[in-house]
Amino acid sequence: MKKTWIKKYKSYMVLYLMMIPGLLYFLINNYVPMAGIIIAFKKLNFAKGILKSPWVGFENFKFLFSSQDAWTITRNTVLYNVGFIIVNMVVGIAIAIMICEVRSVKMKKIYQSVILLPFLMSMVILSYIVYALLSSENGLINNTILSGLHIDPIQWYQEPKYWPFILIFANCWKGVGYGCLIYIASLIGIDPSYYEAARLDGATKWQEISKITLPCLVPTIITLLLLSIGRIFYSDFGLFYQVPQNSGVLFPTTNVIDTYVYRALIEQGNISMSSAAGVYQSLVGFVIVIISNLIVRRYDKDQALF
Amino acid sequence: MLNSKKQIHYQIGINLIMIMLTLIIVLPFILVFISSVTDENVLIRNGYSFFPEKVSLYAYQYIIRQGEKILRAYMITIIVTVIGTSVNIALSALIAYPLSVRTLPHRRAITFFVFFTMLFNGGLVPTYLMYTSFFHIKNTIWALIVPNFLLSANNVLMIRSYFMTSIPEALFEAAKIDGAGHLKIFCKIVLPLGKPILITMGLFSGLTYWNDWTNGLYYLSGNDGQKLYGIQNLLNQMITDIQYLASGKVTGNIGAEVAKLPTTSVRMAIAFIAMLPLFIIYPFLQKYFSEGITLGAVKG
Repeated sequence: MKKTWIKKYKSYMVLYLMMIPGLLYFLINNYVPMAGIIIAFKKLNFAKGILKSPWVGFENFKFLFSSQDAWTITRNTVLYNVGFIIVNMVVGIAIAIMICEVRSVKMKKIYQSVILLPFLMSMVILSYIVYALLSSENGLINNTILSGLHIDPIQWYQEPKYWPFILIFANCWKGVGYGCLIYIASLIGIDPSYYEAARLDGATKWQEISKITLPCLVPTIITLLLLSIGRIFYSDFGLFYQVPQNSGVLFPTTNVIDTYVYRALIEQGNISMSSAAGVYQSLVGFVIVIISNLIVRRYDKDQALF
Repeated sequence: MLNSKKQIHYQIGINLIMIMLTLIIVLPFILVFISSVTDENVLIRNGYSFFPEKVSLYAYQYIIRQGEKILRAYMITIIVTVIGTSVNIALSALIAYPLSVRTLPHRRAITFFVFFTMLFNGGLVPTYLMYTSFFHIKNTIWALIVPNFLLSANNVLMIRSYFMTSIPEALFEAAKIDGAGHLKIFCKIVLPLGKPILITMGLFSGLTYWNDWTNGLYYLSGNDGQKLYGIQNLLNQMITDIQYLASGKVTGNIGAEVAKLPTTSVRMAIAFIAMLPLFIIYPFLQKYFSEGITLGAVKG
């Protein structure tokens, strides 16, 4: 009995050995920091170390939620994500449908390639492009477009009210190609006989789109929607830190949980606040992922994460 | 094709809209390039423009002649990308294959161990404290390679499901009958046949390393750190310095501070050479990028 047990494991030994380096990396890079969320419940004292620092219960969280910041960063994170989801979805579907309507194979290829190009660029590059357009002294918009229309130059980096539009546009410019390719992939999968039948019945183009194309896209839309809702408590650090140039005046409309955690930790050295905000994000984010995945599972088991 | 004239008009309309959208996407890149070859004085006087009054190659000459800092940053980005991507793909494949073996004991538990990292994370604070005060990677090249990007659960699971679904089961059976062990199967069957997915996931990993500036931001600081700046961090630092000067927080000789900064055209030239490799490889590898995205659609 024992011998067969050893034999069984022996043949798998090499497989376990293969996994060791990678699993070790996950353990260190991902699991040890998970245990580190206890920092949020402590008053960290570097001389004593993390484990021996005194517990303070929910003190750090009380501080965090009694500040105005907690509300601002939560609101910004969630609202921006809602904006991103809606805009990228509508624009992405519209472009995908248009690309599929194009008859010329060559043009189709060109459009598909170009649409993904911004996705490959870093946030730093995006911030350079936005700066070239919006810089108050020599940006293209102030110097060429607004002055051409005889409108006074706008101090873009000083005016929080414009940033929701700027960031939603910039995010769409950068990311729309990603969703677009997914929609195109599922558009290609639609049975062409539906369209032939519709055409025989004299359906207009608009009827084809609203009665065949969109309903066929619904499963993809719902999956992508729920997956992005699962990420609604997270945001792209670069987009909110780098693109607004870390400008303090803009914080009311550009500060999100990720940038708050970073600034509190690195720029202010305020570990208790930043760890409390980090744990707040991890826990709420976790609950949201689980719930949205349960919904996906109900809807379509194959699309669920687990 | 009864109303072919209407069809033609429709095609023209659609193509016109798509060409406009294409321009919206491409023009910003062209603006970066044109600004990099615009005469600096014209740039300051007229601002960024698609039609500069005077063209100058000064920025590129500057980079070639005295851009040691820039060339070093470029080299660092290349080294970090190559090492990071190779390790990422090697580690991913090494986990993915065992997890694709259906009979492996505890397979589900190990898969969950990998997968759970996608659902929950400790956040920046514990990660930062661990890497800086325990592993002391601050201001070392490891800071750019190791944290966060060396291995991702998403890559592992996508590679695993490719191994499971796209390599015919019969091949494994045949190899086993011939007496091949797991190691041999991995090297002779799984790796060669899994090449498409390994290239695809490697591309995304490479893209992440090439574009990353967050690790540099978190873990590099001061003069020692700046020596390790990759191209993205260098760009980031330049624009931060300019914002800082513009904010009026600097006292003393502003003229001297400004003189130390690279000019606008040089900055745009650096941004352009940071994008250049992506423009060059993209047409050849576009297929893999698109496939990676549509594959990842489900488990993005």
